[in-house]
Amino acid sequence: MPTLNDYLILSAILFAIGTAGVLIRRNIITILLSVEIMLNAVNLSFVAFGRSFGTADGQIIVFFVMTVAAAEAAVGLAIVIALFRHRESLNPATFTSLKW
Amino acid sequence: MTITPLLIAQIVLTLFVFVMLLNSAAVMVYVERKVAALLQQRLGPYLVGPKGMLQPLADIIKLMFKEELRPKAADWLLFGLAPIISAACAFAAFAVVPFGADTTFFGLLKEPLRLQVADVNVAVLVIFAIASMSVYGIVLAGWSSNSKYSLLGGLRSSAQMISYELSYGLALAAVLLLGNTLSLSGIVNAQAGTWFGFLPRWFVFLQPVGFLIYFTAGVAETNRAPFDFPEAEQELVAGYHTEYSSMSFAMFFLAEYVNMVTVSAVATNLFLGGWHGPFLPESLGWIWFLIKVGALLFFYVWMRWTLPRYRYDQLMKFGWKVLLPIAVINLLVTAAGVLYFGA
Amino acid sequence: MTLFYLFGAVAVIASLLVISQRNPIYSVLLLIASFGALSGLYVMLEAPFVAVTQIIVYAGAIMVLFLFVVMLLNAPHEETEQDERLHAFRRQGPFRFGAALAIALAVELTWALTRVSGSETGGGFPAEAVSSVQAIGKVLFTDYAFPFEVTSVLILVAMVGAVVLAKRDA
Repeated sequence: MPTLNDYLILSAILFAIGTAGVLIRRNIITILLSVEIMLNAVNLSFVAFGRSFGTADGQIIVFFVMTVAAAEAAVGLAIVIALFRHRESLNPATFTSLKW
Repeated sequence: MTITPLLIAQIVLTLFVFVMLLNSAAVMVYVERKVAALLQQRLGPYLVGPKGMLQPLADIIKLMFKEELRPKAADWLLFGLAPIISAACAFAAFAVVPFGADTTFFGLLKEPLRLQVADVNVAVLVIFAIASMSVYGIVLAGWSSNSKYSLLGGLRSSAQMISYELSYGLALAAVLLLGNTLSLSGIVNAQAGTWFGFLPRWFVFLQPVGFLIYFTAGVAETNRAPFDFPEAEQELVAGYHTEYSSMSFAMFFLAEYVNMVTVSAVATNLFLGGWHGPFLPESLGWIWFLIKVGALLFFYVWMRWTLPRYRYDQLMKFGWKVLLPIAVINLLVTAAGVLYFGA
Repeated sequence: MTLFYLFGAVAVIASLLVISQRNPIYSVLLLIASFGALSGLYVMLEAPFVAVTQIIVYAGAIMVLFLFVVMLLNAPHEETEQDERLHAFRRQGPFRFGAALAIALAVELTWALTRVSGSETGGGFPAEAVSSVQAIGKVLFTDYAFPFEVTSVLILVAMVGAVVLAKRDA
């Protein structure tokens, strides 16, 4: 039977993978996907803790996190589309016009 | 994992459901062509077998012998994956649909086995989830064929499916208020019995608008009848499955017919009382189930060959500006009714 | 337990492939596979509602949105040829740095999380699970009614924002 620690270690590994994706990749859409990986890792922690305390709160917080992730993905992708129309590139390094 | 008769019965039931779904797709091919022919006052298939009943077999053999084309610029992995996703999701949705009461197969089993592959607590949500997943088969088919007709057809079709999923879910939610449970067997069992001795307690009498919304959304989800613009033969060659041939095309066809059967089966369970019916004992309830599903499938075919097709923007306008508000109002009225009558 | 390892391995491997694929469409599809594995883990944690909602919302809606955007932008693959020629030095640096940071983060998180749950919950889940949708609904609409309403406003704002941001001028 998997213990709480097992779920938390899995969640930590997934979170680290998501962070690596955000740091390493140079494609905005893949960066957004890595943020989704991080949010999912946190969801797993919430549900695991909720289960271990025997309340429904963990699952409810996950419900809200999913909703917020959906809203953030929608707005983020809209921004990506607007940016792409400007520079025809998805590399974040091309959007440096505010650099001093 | 001990090998009990119950386990063997479950495995046999799973295989039986799978084979029957394949057969139902074949039967639907024949029924569609024959009914279409009769509606158009011609004969339809009549050469192959008695009254043309072996026509689907001839179709399948023809499809198997066709050359499997693969456009050179197509992304081969996604190209091969798309029909698999479509067909798999179509079959998977039927896993939680019950089609008969608990039965012991004439006393062969010690405990009754419900005629349902998987009795899940959240069965209604599972069906909705798998309907959401079947969008991917179409989107990937459209993209990976690398042809403009396919891409347009694929994107339009998936946008249509996503838009009508909202009304689908809201109609489901209204039924959940009446049935008070998310499990499909629970909802069917809440429709047992009759009012005044002759009117069966089906939810369609409590929710006629909900049934119409659900069925309309289901027809749009399966890309059929008046909502099949994305695969219209006249406008878009064949939409997202233009570049497919032979068995991949057969898989898309299979997925479409099995999706039709699933939508009809779920509509029967939610609104028409599932396997409950007069004159027959509970253990033969599956006969009533088949009759009801058959009636809905006939209605599907009837609609396709009678109604003209919606244009794409009319289709989307209808889904968002007409069907969705009606579904929301239906949900509100149902909630008010449940609160007032306390049922 | 084998089921946990199976789902966990699928989730981790799919996530690793997501961040290492060149083609963004493959990344999206692999992420869907990862979500499927996570959904299985939620079922193992006796949270069927969250499992199904994960498929409906994440795998069935958000990822379709990502897929649409990737297909409509028809984005070129990440530039590697130019980088190889010009910025060879700069390419190696961030990659190694990012990977090292991620491994350090994983180790730190593992240490911190297992420290917290050490004694009383380190061995299995003693308490009763709350898995019925009715119980979740009851808590959601009584204790968490205000966040629920705020979330609906949030989604409305996101909808309006997405439409305005992605519109073509004139």
